[in-house]
Amino acid sequence: MATYQEFIQQNEDRDGVRFSWNFWPSSRLEATRLVVPVSCLFTPLKERPDLPPVQYEPVLCSRANCKAVLNPLCQVDFRAKIWACNFCFQRNPFPPSYAGISEVNQPAELMPQFSTIEYIVQHGPPTPLIFLYVVDTCLEEEDLQALKESLQMSLSLLPPNALVGLITFGRMVQVHELSCEGIAKSYVFRGTKDLSSKQIQEMLGLTNSAPLGQQGRPLVPQDAAAFCRFLQPVHRVDMNLTDLLGELQRDPWPVPQGKRPLRSTGVALSVAVGLLEGSFPNTGARVMLFIGGPPTQGPGMVVGDELKTPIRSWHDIQKDNARHLKKATKYYEALANRSAVNGHSIDIYACALDQSGLLEMKCLSTLTGGHIVMGDSFNTSLFKQTFQRVFSKDYNGDFRMAFGGVLEVKTSRELKVCGAIGPCVSLNSKGSCVSENEMGVGGTNQWKVCSLTPSTTLGIYFEVVNQHNAPIPQGGRGAVQFVTQYQHSNTQRRIRVTTIARNWADAQTQIQHIESSFDQEAAAVLMARLGVFRAESEEGPDVLRWLDRQLIRLCQKFGQFNKDDPASFRLSESLSLYPQFMFHLRRSPFLQVFNNSPDESSYYRHHFVRQDLTQSLIMIQPILYSYSFHGPPEPVLLDSSSILPDRILLMDTFFQLVIYHGETISQWRKAGYQKMAEYENFKQLLQAPLDDAQELLHARFPMPRYIDTEHGGSQARFLLSKVNPSQTHNSLYTWGQETGSPILTDDVSLQVFMDHLKKLAVSSST
Amino acid sequence: MSQQGYVAAPPYSQAQPGMGGYQGGFGTGPAQPLYGHYGGPPQAFTTPPAGMLKSPASSAAGMPPPPVSSQYSPNVQQNGAHPQRYPSPPAVYGQPTQSPYNSMASRGPPPSQQLTNEMSALNLGNYGPGPMQSPPPPISSVAHQPFQTPPPPAMGQPQMLPGSQSLNMSPQMSSSQSPQASMSMTSPQMPGPPMAGVGRPFPGPPPPGPGGFQQPGPPGYPQQAGQFGGHMAGPQPGMPGAFPGAPGSLAGPPQKKLDPDSIPSITQVIEDDQAKQGGQVLTTNIRGQVPPLVTTDFTVQDQGNASPRFIRCTTYCLPCTADLGKQCQVPLASIIKPFASLPKNETPLYVVSHGDTGPIRCNRCKAYMCPYMRFIDGGRRYQCGFCSCVNEVPVFYFQHLDHMGRRVDLYERPELSLGSYEFVATLDYCKNNKPPNPPAYIFMIDVSYNNIKSGLVKLICEELKTLLEKLPRYTQEDVGFVTYNKVLHFYNVKSALAQPQMMVVSDTAEMFVPLLDGFLVNYQDSRAVIYNLLDQIPDMFADTNESETIFAPVIQAGVEAFKAAECSGKLFIFHSSMPTAEAPGKLKNRDDKKLVNTEKEKILFQPQKGVYEQLSKDCVAQGCCVDLFLFPSQYVDLATMADVPSHTGGSIYKYSNFQVETDGEHFLRDLRKDVQKSIGFDAVMRVRTSTGFRATDFFGAIHMNNTTDIEMAAVDCDKAVTVEFKHDDTLNEENGAFLQCALLYTTINGQRRLRIHNLSLNCSSQLLELYKSCETDSLINFFAKSAYRAILNQPLKNVREILVNQTAHMLACYRKNCASPSAASQLILPDAMKVFPVYMNSLMKTAPMLGSTELSTDDRAHQRLSVMAMGVEDTQLLLYPRLLPLHNMDVSSDILPAPVRCSEERLTDCGMFLLENGHSMFLWLGQAIPPDLIQSIFNVPSLAHLQGDMCALPELDNVLSKKVRSIISGLLDKRPNSMKLQIVRQKDKPEMLFRQFLVEDKGLYSGASYMDFLCYVHREIRQLLT
Repeated sequence: MATYQEFIQQNEDRDGVRFSWNFWPSSRLEATRLVVPVSCLFTPLKERPDLPPVQYEPVLCSRANCKAVLNPLCQVDFRAKIWACNFCFQRNPFPPSYAGISEVNQPAELMPQFSTIEYIVQHGPPTPLIFLYVVDTCLEEEDLQALKESLQMSLSLLPPNALVGLITFGRMVQVHELSCEGIAKSYVFRGTKDLSSKQIQEMLGLTNSAPLGQQGRPLVPQDAAAFCRFLQPVHRVDMNLTDLLGELQRDPWPVPQGKRPLRSTGVALSVAVGLLEGSFPNTGARVMLFIGGPPTQGPGMVVGDELKTPIRSWHDIQKDNARHLKKATKYYEALANRSAVNGHSIDIYACALDQSGLLEMKCLSTLTGGHIVMGDSFNTSLFKQTFQRVFSKDYNGDFRMAFGGVLEVKTSRELKVCGAIGPCVSLNSKGSCVSENEMGVGGTNQWKVCSLTPSTTLGIYFEVVNQHNAPIPQGGRGAVQFVTQYQHSNTQRRIRVTTIARNWADAQTQIQHIESSFDQEAAAVLMARLGVFRAESEEGPDVLRWLDRQLIRLCQKFGQFNKDDPASFRLSESLSLYPQFMFHLRRSPFLQVFNNSPDESSYYRHHFVRQDLTQSLIMIQPILYSYSFHGPPEPVLLDSSSILPDRILLMDTFFQLVIYHGETISQWRKAGYQKMAEYENFKQLLQAPLDDAQELLHARFPMPRYIDTEHGGSQARFLLSKVNPSQTHNSLYTWGQETGSPILTDDVSLQVFMDHLKKLAVSSST
Repeated sequence: MSQQGYVAAPPYSQAQPGMGGYQGGFGTGPAQPLYGHYGGPPQAFTTPPAGMLKSPASSAAGMPPPPVSSQYSPNVQQNGAHPQRYPSPPAVYGQPTQSPYNSMASRGPPPSQQLTNEMSALNLGNYGPGPMQSPPPPISSVAHQPFQTPPPPAMGQPQMLPGSQSLNMSPQMSSSQSPQASMSMTSPQMPGPPMAGVGRPFPGPPPPGPGGFQQPGPPGYPQQAGQFGGHMAGPQPGMPGAFPGAPGSLAGPPQKKLDPDSIPSITQVIEDDQAKQGGQVLTTNIRGQVPPLVTTDFTVQDQGNASPRFIRCTTYCLPCTADLGKQCQVPLASIIKPFASLPKNETPLYVVSHGDTGPIRCNRCKAYMCPYMRFIDGGRRYQCGFCSCVNEVPVFYFQHLDHMGRRVDLYERPELSLGSYEFVATLDYCKNNKPPNPPAYIFMIDVSYNNIKSGLVKLICEELKTLLEKLPRYTQEDVGFVTYNKVLHFYNVKSALAQPQMMVVSDTAEMFVPLLDGFLVNYQDSRAVIYNLLDQIPDMFADTNESETIFAPVIQAGVEAFKAAECSGKLFIFHSSMPTAEAPGKLKNRDDKKLVNTEKEKILFQPQKGVYEQLSKDCVAQGCCVDLFLFPSQYVDLATMADVPSHTGGSIYKYSNFQVETDGEHFLRDLRKDVQKSIGFDAVMRVRTSTGFRATDFFGAIHMNNTTDIEMAAVDCDKAVTVEFKHDDTLNEENGAFLQCALLYTTINGQRRLRIHNLSLNCSSQLLELYKSCETDSLINFFAKSAYRAILNQPLKNVREILVNQTAHMLACYRKNCASPSAASQLILPDAMKVFPVYMNSLMKTAPMLGSTELSTDDRAHQRLSVMAMGVEDTQLLLYPRLLPLHNMDVSSDILPAPVRCSEERLTDCGMFLLENGHSMFLWLGQAIPPDLIQSIFNVPSLAHLQGDMCALPELDNVLSKKVRSIISGLLDKRPNSMKLQIVRQKDKPEMLFRQFLVEDKGLYSGASYMDFLCYVHREIRQLLT
């Protein structure tokens, strides 16, 4: 067996799973003493080019409350044609179609390399994907033009059979009818009136024509002839819609001096949700909301139209001074839940210089698996390329999006599911493997993820329920099965099953095993998700305190030290980076709201709880590369000491890509050396980070903000706020002269943090 | 508003028990004897009058002037037959074309006319014994000949005057015969502008015999009324039988008919007035001047009083005291038509600007500068004619006075010398102190199944293309289009668009306008897009099966649109059916014929409360006028649907069972007229009066938020407001009384203006003066409106009784106070009111006033509401339709054939008559009409070949056809509404429809004939007098 590093990597590549512990403590008591819970990051639709889906349905355990899927961990009696469920130990006969199996003729799902396997199940006719554009028209002319172009462009990217619809809003909400010829027709709703789904359908004339889809049964398109007035196959209305978008005007209602435009985002969304709810329940659909400012009227209003009242800040929220906050949040949550029930996801593309109400609206995307993209203007490449990337395709030419996912987690008896954190809603399925102890979205072992991408990652938290004095569970391994049902972008229904197992270890005797099985990266992200989840509902300081305590306890548990001797403190290699992650996490915008608007915080948090491990780690601790004449580009410490005059730095924080030219470099650049033939090497040096940045830009969704700055540049703040302030204006002269640039901050540096941590860890009083 | 203004005497609410009086007169019981002797003795001449009637009517009707003499001879003979009894020929009176009567009237209006009903028979006084000495040109002297024999009581004040009344007569004679004498006699009574001096044909009849006026304050009038009621209640407690019942019972025994020609005739009065004053110039420089009749053609020269086209009054001489007013019971009211259209030869109103400070107004009463302001103190100050407050003259307005105390610039300033003019309103007079935007027109078309199927939508869309070209404007944003069924469709027709855009609003509960820019557009700019839209609308809804409609949200949408555009304007709604779709203003069928003739009948006229009430307020607040074109195939609850139009200065048009072929042209004519009417928007009118009296009640298509401001979303050239006045205090004969009507409005171009109409009236403590200055046409306008309003709150029976009572009171009071003593059996009518009973009777036979289950509830409500906004001309015509004989007219002449009286007796079997009342038009064809006439008009060989439903005459190339068609089109042009021409053949079923317009006859459903009514009124008068 290779190192744990390799094991972990292999597991992630194969199953998209990373556990915090790869040896599981065998009892509840020990598990709690480990501080970091047994938990994992799971990427349900991890791209597996090497995994061809099988064309049949999974074999399920016949026990009604188990229904686990046949997997490589099951014991199989080839002669009797019987298999034993490894979760409930039920013995099941194989179905008749498996009559021919033997040791040498095994179905894929029994082979160990197929611990993750994908089935294609086809029930009924394929249902087309639905894209419903909800477009704010209260934009600047330039923005609107750019947005129109992006939307027109997107039509060519949609699958030709996809249904597309258009809702525009400003002071009013207009649902455009796409089928009509001649006069362009739209249904108009008042932007201030909260309408029930039934009212909306009545007003759109949808009630008396076609019968509504039965519960759980998607409507076939023929049934939905009436709805086609608003949702038409792209190939049919391509031209029509392009023209319609082309003629789209800015909201014509005059905006008096000192007022914000009246923007009925709430009603627009309610109409969109109501339209889809009535016409296509349980069908994959994306509502794509494009906004250029905050909702200013009607239900879901975030700020009034008076410009003199600014939109709420964290300060207002803490002072309980944001009068629309609770009501709006509640409104959008209700909408999001309705939408989630029907399997429709909502994307928000917010491009505005000021806040646009993402704090209130983020639940729309968070609960339905939609995207949130935040930019300054629709007329930026950030938006344009990000939007384009929504429609990117995978190696098979399929869209990197899946709909209506349902993730179910099954566990062996010693383990229970506490909850999940990610872009999901609970389906409230209370099976035997559901723990009473909730972490994240708990109380269920099934979650709905309305929209999935290959990188969508959920944090799933478990609890060991084995009693302390009970023996190590039978077989010595615990197993977890993830069953993900979803609608593939080619409209197939698929089921992906991942079954994994880990060994149990007795924490008293095998603590080293457990310690070395610690995946500190996964643990950091999982703990961070817990922290962010708490931060959504709790005050910032409480969360930080909780994080600190967890860290201290972990250090106490696994650190080697002499009591009350901080200098003696040592951590093993498998935990060595963990405190540093925590240090940066504490400083990150996910937990700190200072200097961030509520919208920004929401935006950052939204992305944090859905990205995979690598990206999440970048978010926690940005990566810093250094370019110089001294050698090839190298990753350097995220530390102020890395900021040197003769370096170019490239920092990737996931949301931003900062290229920072050191003082000398920037002077050279200003002097124009790079244009001189004899300084070709300087030109190359300048180019190198740009090329690397391009690469990152291409792979990333959403597009990061690209910042090219230099020593003393105003945008250098993006870099300076992230690096560890090892030198500050206070410490500058004590730290010698050879390195870096001081950061003007009162924040503690990593060094100070570590010192404190050691002190607390070794202290006997805590 | 209260209903108090309706009649002075018994308020409606108190009237019930005693009001059996009306039936009493005609019913059985005590009435019998009356009829007994009414019909008895005259048996002797039963036949003669009949024969006499027939022939003269037929012959006389045809040839206006020449046959007069011949026509007279039979009469003369008739008279000769009963010389002893009828010293003066009764026929004189009613003959339509009789010139003697003309001449008699033209000679100077006799103060009164008296009908005598003696015990044995109805004895008609000898009218118009041809007084040759009449100054104005006698029309036909020939006619006078026969009448010279009777004692010349002149004056056409023809009474059968046995001895005693000589007292009454002699002054009259003298007055007409010697103007000087009359002058001298009147001068003490009528100070101020000397009437006679102007040569006005108003030789104020002499002071009546002292007997008449000597008892200054006899028993209080109200008291009398009370007695009257009680008295009637006694004999007739259990007589619920309606008035109409009586004539029926009368029909049984052969009746001795009174000679209908002998009773006052409207056609005659009209003709006389036309002859006397037609074509003349009326100079309005005299206080209390009684204008010619509405039917007379005259030209007005404004010299300080508003033209009668703008304001007419029930009387031009107010009683000095409230007591006097109460005593005579003549209502004091003005009918103001502020936007009346002027003929081309009259000067349009001058526009005056007083600069940035706005029009100069009295500081106290806020009256506007007008000719009644008296400049004093060398021109530095002026005294308000209304409140007598002395105001400083603003410096810029100062002008020296001449030796007469008049401003030197008197004739340079319209506001000092004219009765009517306009001020430019400053921003203070605008909403929110912002200049108004030009008004807009929105066309709202019901595209539900009914309208699509009938082809109406297509018709409208086609018509709009041409119609819009004719819009009276040269302004910016002004037309918008909406279609609707259960939901509303707004259209964006911005000129920049290649295609119109439709925006559907289904949220009918809270209506709003989905777009701003592009909804109201300049027609010229957006013509291509609008054409495109109008072409597409009929197709878009061609296969609709939506039959439910909404209504209130449609109006609401219009209001919201105007609100959004910050303008006023007009909605043209083309609607088919009762709004039954689930939305505000949803209506239910509440047509219940069982309610007819019960206490609850009023419910049928009352609009449903709630949504529409509020909507009216919203409309008026925004200046949104609603014109409703209804195309119902069944009951639509018009009372409610028309509530908003009738409060916003709008019009209601109704085309039952609309068919494009037969009604299309009629509807389009209405639409074209309506669109092109001159109109003012967002108007507020205020009527100010000089001290002593004030405006107390208002009738019209108006909305009143308080007791003084008359608000109208729009007011067009046919809308009139009737204003009733009450005394506050004693009026002064010397000072007279002034009224000033100020109308603040927005012109079609979006200018804010103030239109001022001033009128000065006389005051008198002599009732005779008042009666002399009465105007019947105005009176009946007032009575019609007040009665039509009263039926909202009271049973019809009461309203009818009150009408009759007040009529009797007015006439009795005259008889008692102004006429010379005469036999009680004589019916004496004031000259100015001599045809009043005809109108009153006709009014009581109008659909709203008739409790008949045969009549459609919607039609009744429609007529009720239409009348509320009518001016004097319209009510006159409505209540006394014009009946033109066409079969024997002079085709070469330009003049219309002289109308004949609206009675079946005037029709001839071989005749062709055209009847019109401003709302309906009939061409009546007698059974025996000569085929060549039919041929030349219809191009068919005989009456039998005539197609049933024809709505226009074929265009044939012969003089008669041309003439008839030109008469018809001339009339259509003249009237505010277009009329559908209905062709009826004598004895055909549709003739029933036609018959109901013969208002002098017994009503079709019920209602007395003119003659019966007159007798009844007379009886009432007698009872009052005793």
